[in-house]
Amino acid sequence: MAIDKSVIGKTGKPFTMPIEWSKVREFARAIRDPNPVYFDPELAKKECGGIPVPPTFLQIAAFWQDSDSMPTVHFDLRRILHGEQEFELYKPILVGDVLTGTARIADVYEREGGRGGKMTFMVTEIEYKNQRGEKVALARSTLIETGQAVSG
Amino acid sequence: MAPKIKYESVKIGDALPTITIDNVSRADFVRYAGASGDFVPLHYDQTFVEAAGIPTVFAQGMWTAGCLSRTLTDFAGAGNVRRYKVRFARQVWPGDTLTCRGKVTGKTEKDGEKLIEGEVEVLNQKGETTVRGNFTVLAS
Repeated sequence: MAIDKSVIGKTGKPFTMPIEWSKVREFARAIRDPNPVYFDPELAKKECGGIPVPPTFLQIAAFWQDSDSMPTVHFDLRRILHGEQEFELYKPILVGDVLTGTARIADVYEREGGRGGKMTFMVTEIEYKNQRGEKVALARSTLIETGQAVSG
Repeated sequence: MAPKIKYESVKIGDALPTITIDNVSRADFVRYAGASGDFVPLHYDQTFVEAAGIPTVFAQGMWTAGCLSRTLTDFAGAGNVRRYKVRFARQVWPGDTLTCRGKVTGKTEKDGEKLIEGEVEVLNQKGETTVRGNFTVLAS
């Protein structure tokens, strides 16, 4: 399948992401992190000024949005790999904040792979601002569609 | 959010706290699917993965990256991570035991902030790297 370079630069509709304690706590449990700052609001207030989020927490935003907020290229779910993920965190993100995220396709390209055959790469960036309009984070994802199923 | 580590006391080559994740299970993947919203069926649907020619379900890369991020937050304090980048090298399977570790590779002062840089990785029980990454955290 030929790749469509015209999607590069395509931006999604901005989405709202409230930072909720129950979600932060559930996420910390899921990654087996017992750090009390995620579970004890009093302690968190003293140590962090509020309940902070784990470094990869913003990843969840990618999965809860409407398709018009998440521009994408069509990938076959059986052949999809998450190649890289990067978070740049500029300012604290605390429970109670309401973030606005804007996603953008930063790049799409092909590369010859080894076992997997030809691979297609898509780089997506989501920029987050908080309720004060401050830029708090940038999440950069690289997804790969392999030529064949991703067996171990 | 006071930084937990003192810039002067950190040396290049210092080890981060090592975290062991024992007995990785399908329940971890299902729990992470619920917490993150990542319902890509490769991580919980045995029928789906077999049809795709894969022996069994495997971990979401971001679950493993999340487990690894604890080396940073235990080291620098939650809220003091400025940058975290991971690359996925190999799948994590049910039954694996993971070792998450890291080390300091650089120190820099930028815009009045004292920053510590380093590398982290996740090894499975065979000593194979499953996730590798690098980071920047804030010191005082």
